[in-house]
Amino acid sequence: MTTEQPTGDRPVITVEGLSKTYIVRTRAEGGRNPLRRQRREVDAVSDVSFTIERGEMVGYIGPNGAGKSTTIKMITGILTPSAGRATVLGLTPTAERRHLARRIGVVFGNRSQLWFDLPLRDSFDLLHHLYRTDRHRHDHNVAEFVDRLDLGPLLDTPVRQLSLGQRMRGEVTAALLHDPALVVLDEPTIGLDVVSKYAVREFLREVNAERGTTVLLTTHDLDDIEQLCPRMMIIDHGRVLLDGPVADFKAEHGTERTVVVDLIEAGDPLEVAATTVVRVEGPRQWLRFDRRATTAAEVIAGVTALAPVRDLAIEEPDIEELIHRLYQERGAGR
Amino acid sequence: MWSAVLRLLWEVGKRSFRRATTYRLATLSGAFVNTVFGYIRAAVLIYVAARSGGVVRGFTGQDLATFAFLSQGFIAIVGAFRGLDLPKRIRSGDIEVDLYRPADLQLWELANWLGESTLQVLLRGVPPVVLGALAFDLRWPDPAWHWLVFGLSVIAATMVGFAVRFCSNLVAFWLLDIRGIDQMVTISVTFFAGLILPINLFPAWLESVARALPFASMIQLPVEIFLGRYTGWEMAWILGQQVLWAVALLLAGRMILGSATRRLVVQGG
Amino acid sequence: MTAQPSLVSDEFRLYRRLVAARIRSDWQYRTSFLLLMVSQSLIIVFELVALLFLIELVPQFGGWSRAQVVFLYAMATLPFSIGDVFISEVELLAYRYIRDGDFDVVLLRPTSALLQILALEFELRRAGKLLTPAIALAWSATNLDVDWTVGRIAALAVAVISGTAIYSGLWVIAGSIPFWAVASREATNAMTYGSQFANQYPLHIYPGWIRAIMGWALPLAFVAYVPAISLADAANPLDLPSWMAFTPPAVAVVIGLIARWVWRTGVAHYQSTGS
Repeated sequence: MTTEQPTGDRPVITVEGLSKTYIVRTRAEGGRNPLRRQRREVDAVSDVSFTIERGEMVGYIGPNGAGKSTTIKMITGILTPSAGRATVLGLTPTAERRHLARRIGVVFGNRSQLWFDLPLRDSFDLLHHLYRTDRHRHDHNVAEFVDRLDLGPLLDTPVRQLSLGQRMRGEVTAALLHDPALVVLDEPTIGLDVVSKYAVREFLREVNAERGTTVLLTTHDLDDIEQLCPRMMIIDHGRVLLDGPVADFKAEHGTERTVVVDLIEAGDPLEVAATTVVRVEGPRQWLRFDRRATTAAEVIAGVTALAPVRDLAIEEPDIEELIHRLYQERGAGR
Repeated sequence: MWSAVLRLLWEVGKRSFRRATTYRLATLSGAFVNTVFGYIRAAVLIYVAARSGGVVRGFTGQDLATFAFLSQGFIAIVGAFRGLDLPKRIRSGDIEVDLYRPADLQLWELANWLGESTLQVLLRGVPPVVLGALAFDLRWPDPAWHWLVFGLSVIAATMVGFAVRFCSNLVAFWLLDIRGIDQMVTISVTFFAGLILPINLFPAWLESVARALPFASMIQLPVEIFLGRYTGWEMAWILGQQVLWAVALLLAGRMILGSATRRLVVQGG
Repeated sequence: MTAQPSLVSDEFRLYRRLVAARIRSDWQYRTSFLLLMVSQSLIIVFELVALLFLIELVPQFGGWSRAQVVFLYAMATLPFSIGDVFISEVELLAYRYIRDGDFDVVLLRPTSALLQILALEFELRRAGKLLTPAIALAWSATNLDVDWTVGRIAALAVAVISGTAIYSGLWVIAGSIPFWAVASREATNAMTYGSQFANQYPLHIYPGWIRAIMGWALPLAFVAYVPAISLADAANPLDLPSWMAFTPPAVAVVIGLIARWVWRTGVAHYQSTGS
């Protein structure tokens, strides 16, 4: 039995001009009268458009309140858009909620879909009934995922006794048991230990590679993006700032590299041509340079000429910093 | 040092008051519920009085209608159904942080409680009575100084309400899940404070039992003061009963808290 | 993979499984379970006790005999308790599901949102509330001065079922309020518990305007009062026509349809405004 895939070359997700405006009631500032409130309109998502094809793994990044979760809710049928359209697996999310629900899997980082007081295996079993999946197929999936995510010894443990990392592995399994064509994850690695993060990422990569499951991942954690998603979309203040391959982003915006030098003795900031010392901590200094102006080799040569060096390293552009700068640039432009 | 502690408790109470205002809609809908129940109870009790020749167990129809609305208004003020955060914090262990605070835990919780109760006088005490007065003929305290005694009675009632809940919640130190006990307390309060039926309509033997319990001090007694059931020294005695219960239960609470704290220390949480 | 729409029987089977899972979860907290069951039944007992005290004070309450008043109580409370076991879960919509965001999880599953909430929040201990009204019904039925023919017994069953359906409809309507307004659980209680409380006393003792609202507008008279007059041969001071005895099931259907519409509109509203 194969997984159910959308027919033809239709994209898995098509979003056009998607917008969502909330009306927020807040207590008036400087509340002399604590009983009065103001109305405010908040554009959580503004005119967002993108297309995700079958088999893609896309990362959706943005700071808190940027509109990531709102976009996800509109895609999965929880929220109706204020404007624009979303088409997922050929279906209209809110109108065909139940139909769509059978074909997608969703993982929320901060909300559980497992049964808290029951053993993990009971949750899987209940989901089999909820999604009315084929018994053999379900058992096969359970066996395979449990093996891959090392959940075997945990199957009889009540979910409330699992660590966050263990629970998240359970959630990801639960989301995929019914062979969805699309899986959407909202901040799945938040708060996870390193081992679990790795396990979840590996698992998603395998599922995507072997089953062609499309993956849309919202995250704060840029490591998730680097490790997992060839394509990323950056959202801030409800607008998509960037949508494209991660590699291109780094190449275009990440022209800077940093040489981290451990001197034998602490000293004044080193003055090397075409570099800027961005940070000094005792004997360690960070020298930033633009790849277009000079090379790492030249910088290193310059450093060793000035002072005895114990150790050094070269840092690639930090996506986090790049994105941060992107926000600031775009913010300034607004 | 004392003034600093009192200042702190005042701030706690104020903050609690303000926090309760954010639940405006929920609070007002609670007031609506109370009013609805008030109307139904008043109607039934008026019928009972009418069929008993106008007076039943010392209450006229007017008295009973007033009782119905006033008792409903009292629910939120004395916290008949209010819970404390205490059991949750005890279960999670956060209680240890509370015990390190500069202000005593019981006083802290009391300040919180009173802050909320003060707001509820306005938001849930007044509406049922006002709305009840629109449709029914209610009795008001007379002479005017009865209002003062009534005010003191309300404060005492609120403290009894707190002390009862505080004591029963402390049991969480021993039994982690106290929902069952909590419910028992709520139900006892409901019945013996006069919320289902004014206790003077109970058969005589049960009425004596009810008056011997602290719950009567939460609703039945203050309302009787409002209705002018007592005069002069009788009133002082009734008020005194409420105060005695409040003090006794608060002291009991302190003792239980003390033994619970010792247990915490010994067992390391 | 299955893509056919769910059949009613499938949904029912799913409901049973989810309920069984909930019971298994709760069973781990056995002591609490028992204590809560007892304390909840106690409220019901106290209400009946209060009623009996009032009957002591006014022997011909509303012109009805004691058995008739207790029969009314049973007809008001038994359907309510059944509803309490199966439908009251919808009350949790506000502060558990919408406030905590768990309604989103419910919406992401390929089945009815209401069914999920009713099943996931099922609490077996509420069944304790069935005992007292059942006993009251049995006692009053045997003490009434009527002939329990097969027809009358069948009518009694129909009345209880209709009453349950009417209460359930009101419960769903009241429970849907949180979709539009932040209402505390207590607000929905006005409609539900207030209804049951009002129903325990003969409708004709209430002043006209209360009667209009709680007896006819909220069609509560059809739950207990109307069946009591026809089945317990109780006095009929409001001169209700005899054909009214056949109306409770129709009223139940109407309320059910209204409830369904309200719920669906509520979900749609939730989807347009978020939480």
